[in-house]
Amino acid sequence: MADGTKILVESVETQGSVALPAGRKGRWLRSLTRDKKALTSAVVLLGLTIAAIFAPYLSPYDPNAQNFQMLQAPSAQHLLGTDSLGRDLFSRILYGARVSLIVGISTVAIALIVGVLLGLLAGYYGGWLDMLIMRYIDLQWAFPNFIIAVYLVAIFGTGLVNVIVAVSLAFFDDFARLTRSVVLSIREEDYISAAQAIGTPDRRILWKHILPNAVAPIIVQATVSVSYAILAEAGLSFLGLGVKASTPSWGSILSDARSFIYSAWWLGVFPGLAIMVTVLSINFLGDGLRDILDVREYQEEN
Amino acid sequence: MGSYIVKRVFYGLVVMWMVATLVFFMLRIIPGSPILASLGVEGDPAAAAKIRHQLGLDQPLYLQYLVWFERIFQGNLGNSLYGSHQPVSQLIQQAFPRTMSLATLSFVIALLLAVPAGIISAVKKHSLLDHSFTLAAFLGLSMPDFWLGILLIMLFAVQLHWLPAIGYVSPSQGLWPWFSHLILPATAIGTAFSAIIARMTRSALLEVMQEDYIRTARAKGLHENWVILKHALRNSLMPVMTVIGIAFALLMAGTVIVENVFAIRGLGRLLIISILQEDYPLVQGTLLVIAAIFVSINVLEDILYTYINPKIHY
Repeated sequence: MADGTKILVESVETQGSVALPAGRKGRWLRSLTRDKKALTSAVVLLGLTIAAIFAPYLSPYDPNAQNFQMLQAPSAQHLLGTDSLGRDLFSRILYGARVSLIVGISTVAIALIVGVLLGLLAGYYGGWLDMLIMRYIDLQWAFPNFIIAVYLVAIFGTGLVNVIVAVSLAFFDDFARLTRSVVLSIREEDYISAAQAIGTPDRRILWKHILPNAVAPIIVQATVSVSYAILAEAGLSFLGLGVKASTPSWGSILSDARSFIYSAWWLGVFPGLAIMVTVLSINFLGDGLRDILDVREYQEEN
Repeated sequence: MGSYIVKRVFYGLVVMWMVATLVFFMLRIIPGSPILASLGVEGDPAAAAKIRHQLGLDQPLYLQYLVWFERIFQGNLGNSLYGSHQPVSQLIQQAFPRTMSLATLSFVIALLLAVPAGIISAVKKHSLLDHSFTLAAFLGLSMPDFWLGILLIMLFAVQLHWLPAIGYVSPSQGLWPWFSHLILPATAIGTAFSAIIARMTRSALLEVMQEDYIRTARAKGLHENWVILKHALRNSLMPVMTVIGIAFALLMAGTVIVENVFAIRGLGRLLIISILQEDYPLVQGTLLVIAAIFVSINVLEDILYTYINPKIHY
């Protein structure tokens, strides 16, 4: 549940600043290897990524190839069974990983770039620019991301690209808020005033002095956001608002499965399991990163 | 206090005005908007022109904007383009109680699961039970609610035949039929929130348990259960309350998707059907009402918060 994670993370932990512990870059790799949950999750995610990339070589069947062995239970021939059109479920789930990862990574990349940029501008310059940006962000903040994504898909239409645009627009405010609050917390620091006094251009101050402070919380936020994006895509595809019906996506496979849950349990179980394992791994990894990067809690300014 | 409420309600109205404006413009201005496009290409141009006229789309934009607000204030959201062209407001009126029943019940289920789990976790910190609850919370948060819905149908309706799989029955036809149709979807929606609330209860309670007055209560020989229930729990409810407010709004988001799993014709199902059918007025009306629900909940929550927390004064 994307938005559920959102509030958990927000209310309990993130909103944090504070950069990497200085000069100890090797340390956090070592602490990652000590955190077993995070490490296992990282390995699972790596395996998933490799499986998605090499899906054409790994999948035993063409994900869209139909045959007359319809609604077959899992067997040696069809590892996870077949669907109502006789398509191999394992191959479809493997290809579905591609959609999830593409959407997960590209939406977060877009949301991160747009959000961080707007957050930096709003926090650093303040004034009417801040007002304008924050008014919009507050507006979006009043609604769950998933509803915003549905609304945007209603405008843009369905399909992979539109879903990516809609989901990233629905999520960018998380990054903008986070970045802005970090900027606000350090804008008044002496070293920023010093840099300004010696005539350092704003762009350089933002890039060299302010942004590095925001890196750790942004990394944590980005990690968790990948899981929201994957859940959002699955939800949209499940509703028929996501990728095209011919593209195997975990959400659309589950949507097809609805009509057959009386006879074919595997269709209802495995695609959801794929989503859950992926999201769970991302959440564990995000949790581990939060500890390792020492992202502390701090009160949101207001 | 009074002026705060006025301010908060006013701000809520401003948000609604912005939402109404966005809903109005974005569906009209963006080129290639699928909903608008469908009006032009389907069938003959004369019919398309008729629909455009019907919807007032041949009027100048500023006039359309004014008419849009005039109609909203009259509670007139236009007619559906499909079926028997029912008024949108009527469709929404039918859907509203279904969504509200579902959201309320998921809220209750979430609380019933979460608060005891949170208390046990905090009291028996680092016990096996605490770790199991933590794991369950992570699982609950990682499970898409619509998938959980499917699993629940498979188990309780298909395998065990305990509960009906899909549909909605009005409470006027009996409380049990109404309730039995809602248990599964409400659980599907409520699980993720119960995970959040359980974690919040746990951490809030743990924090309060370190306070001096808890030590005093223990020192004067009060029974541990009494200390927890009477002294600690009360004060740890504050942060939990704030999350519950957000959670309730998000429960509504859960209903949008889960209603579609269980074929409950609530607001969420209405929204998705209208988008898929490109039923322009219905999309707008449903979005507006859903937005209004969120804004009202946010406002109510803020006001309630000031009542509960004596430390806040306005």
